[in-house]
Amino acid sequence: MNQPALSAASRLAVGHGFRLQWEPAQNAHVLLYPEGMIKLNGSAGEILKRCDGAATIADITADLERAFAASDLSEDVMRFVAMAVEKRWLQILT
Amino acid sequence: MAANPDVNNPARPGPPLWLLLELTYRCPLHCVFCYNPTDFARSGAELCTDDWIRVLREARALGAVQLGLSGGEPLTRDDLEPIVAEAHRLGFYSNLITSGVGLTDKRLDALKSSGLDHIQLSFQDSTQKMNDFLSSTRTFELKSAVAALIKKYDYPMVLNVVLHRHNIDHVEEILEMALRFGADYVELANTQYYGWAWHNREQLLPSREQLQRAEQVLQRFRERIGQKMRIFFVVPDYFERRPKACMNGLGSIFLTITPDGTALPCHAARMLPGLEFPNVRGMGVGEIWYDSASFNHFRGDAWMKEPCRSCPEKTKDFGGCRCQAYLLTGDAANADPVCDLSPYHHLVTDAVARADRPARDDPHPAGAPRLDPGEKPLVFRSERNSTTLFVKQEST
Repeated sequence: MNQPALSAASRLAVGHGFRLQWEPAQNAHVLLYPEGMIKLNGSAGEILKRCDGAATIADITADLERAFAASDLSEDVMRFVAMAVEKRWLQILT
Repeated sequence: MAANPDVNNPARPGPPLWLLLELTYRCPLHCVFCYNPTDFARSGAELCTDDWIRVLREARALGAVQLGLSGGEPLTRDDLEPIVAEAHRLGFYSNLITSGVGLTDKRLDALKSSGLDHIQLSFQDSTQKMNDFLSSTRTFELKSAVAALIKKYDYPMVLNVVLHRHNIDHVEEILEMALRFGADYVELANTQYYGWAWHNREQLLPSREQLQRAEQVLQRFRERIGQKMRIFFVVPDYFERRPKACMNGLGSIFLTITPDGTALPCHAARMLPGLEFPNVRGMGVGEIWYDSASFNHFRGDAWMKEPCRSCPEKTKDFGGCRCQAYLLTGDAANADPVCDLSPYHHLVTDAVARADRPARDDPHPAGAPRLDPGEKPLVFRSERNSTTLFVKQEST
């Protein structure tokens, strides 16, 4: 499967066969996939839940910086997104 | 991996994250390596739709999130669709674990609309003859058609092939078949010796040489295809020196409900003596999970004996598998004899040594395996064999 290259303008969605949801019993976002589950840490959950197919990585980064009163998150976000794409948690739409 | 404590109260076990519903013991296949209990014919009436739905609601309220729908063959239940629909509504990720027999276009369409998330399709081998021999049916062509159907409905495809002495030499052909079907994941699961597989163990355990060959084939294949298809190879634990962290410790994350409603901390646990496992007909899922004596019995390490009790690895492997300890040593509280620290480890190495006998099995994929003269025959999983060989035997 050839995906478009990853850049700050990329739009992403949760990967095919994966489902992201909040689990109160685990107090965490989890990523569900065939016969498995990944319990996400706080920042991973915050990034993934913003990958709605419409927002770009730049939008998501700006939103996170606003929400957590942080700056310079773009490298961290990009590193995580690249890893998540590699693991198929995320797919690049455009 | 550590145990699974409650996020708000570490002294309390966490929720049963993984719920496995064995909806029925009925199955059109008769696989020799099935882990279902050999005496399943004595099992009571299956739960009705409303019971299963109540179990789903109660388990989900506790925090269960991964749902396995298995059996037997779950498609023999004509209420699979409403069960799936309720699971979906509740937020479960639902996995149908099937032989594919009965999975028509119409049924798959209905399951998809009900919200089924995933299908795991089992194959016995890459060849029609061996597949059909090992499952004592003619299902190979049908399974191939079902694989295409799974793609048509845009499901991620997980193929599961149980490996043993009679098909482990076909790993390359099995992987090629999976690639042809467009599988996303392939599980090459070496037989675990419970139920029918335990009964047939001497005929199923591969030799060390067979295993090493398979691992080499697998490595070359992975290098060739890259990320296109994920391959999981479940090593047969008889060849290991440390036991598997079975179920992540009993009563930690895994809850099975058998067709008659018996709740178990693993699908084989009914064999464990001295434990009265509760039934969902008479007890709520929360009470079963947190309060019943049988679910609490193997939590923590108070039940452990030496060498486990003082072993630094007890928090990693929880002493291995209770059922395997019981089957091999007669005491479920012993260390899993797969562990080379167990005084019973020779029982495992002896079995492996016997498996290293010269392979007289038919090595080419065209034929059914020839058994060594003097070997007892493979016993196929069937209602009839269950009744005549296992239920009667124990009642006389």
